[in-house]
Amino acid sequence: MSDGPPELAIDVRDLHKSFGSRVVVDGLSLQVARGEICGFLGANGSGKTTTIRMLCGLLVPDGGSGTCLGLDILKQAPLIRRQVGYMTQKFSFYEDMTVSENLTFVAEVYEMKNSAEAVRRIMDRMGLVDRADQLAGQLSGGWKQRLALAACVLHEPKLLLLDEPTAGVDAKARREFWDLIHDMAVDGLTVLVSTHYMDEAERCKRIVYLAGGKLVVQGSADEVVAASSLITFEATGGDIDAIARQIRKRPGVQAAAVFGHVLHIAGTDRTQLLAATRACADPNIAWAEVRPGLEDVFIHLLSGTEGAG
Amino acid sequence: MNAFSFRRLWALLRKEWVQVRRDPTTLRLIILMPMIQLLMFGYVINSNPHNLPAGVLMAQPSKYERSIVTALRNTGYYNIRMVATEAEAEQDLADGKLLFVINIPANFDRSVDRGESPSILVDADGTDPTAIGNATGALGGLTNTLRRDLPPNLQAGPAPPPFRFVIHARYNPEQISALNIVPGLICVVLMMSTLMLTTLAITKERERGTMENLLAMPVRPIEVMLAKITPYIGIGYLQVVIILVMAAVLFHLPIHGSVVLLLLVLGLFIASNLALGITYSTIASNQSQAQQMAQFTMMPFMMLSGFFFPFQGMPAWARFIGEAIPTTHAMRIVRGVLLKGNGIVEIFPDLWPIGLFMLVTVTIAVLFYRETLD
Repeated sequence: MSDGPPELAIDVRDLHKSFGSRVVVDGLSLQVARGEICGFLGANGSGKTTTIRMLCGLLVPDGGSGTCLGLDILKQAPLIRRQVGYMTQKFSFYEDMTVSENLTFVAEVYEMKNSAEAVRRIMDRMGLVDRADQLAGQLSGGWKQRLALAACVLHEPKLLLLDEPTAGVDAKARREFWDLIHDMAVDGLTVLVSTHYMDEAERCKRIVYLAGGKLVVQGSADEVVAASSLITFEATGGDIDAIARQIRKRPGVQAAAVFGHVLHIAGTDRTQLLAATRACADPNIAWAEVRPGLEDVFIHLLSGTEGAG
Repeated sequence: MNAFSFRRLWALLRKEWVQVRRDPTTLRLIILMPMIQLLMFGYVINSNPHNLPAGVLMAQPSKYERSIVTALRNTGYYNIRMVATEAEAEQDLADGKLLFVINIPANFDRSVDRGESPSILVDADGTDPTAIGNATGALGGLTNTLRRDLPPNLQAGPAPPPFRFVIHARYNPEQISALNIVPGLICVVLMMSTLMLTTLAITKERERGTMENLLAMPVRPIEVMLAKITPYIGIGYLQVVIILVMAAVLFHLPIHGSVVLLLLVLGLFIASNLALGITYSTIASNQSQAQQMAQFTMMPFMMLSGFFFPFQGMPAWARFIGEAIPTTHAMRIVRGVLLKGNGIVEIFPDLWPIGLFMLVTVTIAVLFYRETLD
């Protein structure tokens, strides 16, 4: 349909999806450039999984249109599936089959040329060789994710859709997982990945934040922080847990969260925030304005959506 | 994407086979189920029971009573006790404490001695015809029992038997031929096991969450269906062989027709059941729902196929439904091939309905198979 590869791997406009009377995705437009790693964020139930499923043709949108890898998501879903690697939120390979059996099955279903070689290569790359004959059901969480990722990229897709791929996986396994994703992006793979982890969001070139099925904010981590126009004060020393409980009730304080030995309060009205810090004066506590982190912004966004309904 | 790929089908088949192998409990059940069912049904329904409780009611003391009771005992079918009154006999028969009441009438001795060939009325509990069938059949051979006790003038020449049995099958005058049962049983056991097996096939994928993944892959519905059905056809054949061997050894089932033909035809029957199971599996939203559908089906299938009740005895509407059921036709085919030695020409009228049934159910399954999660 288009000549030459399109610039955008994902280009969808005004997507709608409801289940019964519940609106899950409400007029979402999303553009992801080729070779980009795009972080998909938002509270549980904000429509991330539904959007991902619509992109790979597992759900039919009620409204809207668009393309995925230059193919129409409404009319060419089977063709899109061939070129997309989709990793489900819940482990969805066969637990009663071994690692190599699962991978061979995937390779054969995609009718890969020289599938045995492809399976060997991917097991090598993902470090799965030692576990080739282990049943998938006996793998730990981290290894299961690795197997799932291996199976998703086995057929050399152009777009990876990863739905909370690292949920419930330890920090080291998460780090290794992201290293693999970055390696693949270097080879030109486009990745859309949903996550709840801030450190993972910060590793994305671009972040898209969803709330109530709508896109709330998007851009790089810095852009998202700037766009929030959030002001953050940090308190150190003293009994910050007690302070946090008090200050949360003050006007203008939209969020107050303790991170170890420091307390962050955030809001959009500087005057009210300063008044709040003075009201909770404590000789042991030092207040300072800091640049808001991504986490402050997301907590702010999350509390905003809760307030909105 | 091509509409059908043998490579994808082969990949799916291998996956199914690996999964079947990894589930030894189910495999053991698959082999044990037909054995246990055959033994259970075979011995419960098609029994030839002995030592049935029987009461002897005498209107007045008889000198021949001893000989008759001994003769009855010698058949092995009767466990005799004396009953005092007609009312007691009637009550025990109704309660199931007695299956037979043997009424020796008044003036029996005198009638026998005069060569009048009097009748002994046997009231039999007909609610379970197979249970009493052989026992009543044995009575015919006993009528000459008293010949040597007779007065000399009657012993000499050819004479009518000293007395007769008049059998009165109470409660249920109809009787089922025992030979009907084993061939029918083959079909019913096959139906139950194969239907149960595939009913879970697709709902299992859905409940384990693997369906989402399978849908995201480029597999076609018909490939998934065929891959789910095929391993169980092999398993179904294993069951057929087990049943046939057991039936031949334990129940002395005669095999008059071609075993090869029988196996070929049963393959189609197995496939039709599997197709029905797959259809349920596609329509149901979870495993227990699918299982309930299968259980709900088995009862009418057994009832209306002519397994329990003679097909000709059912009302027209029930026969109409029965004709649509593969089990009905399979049962006729198996009976025809095993007992009558029928060939392909004779069984064809019962063969195509099974094929048609399978075609319709597979079509429904493919139509209901959702390629999306909607």
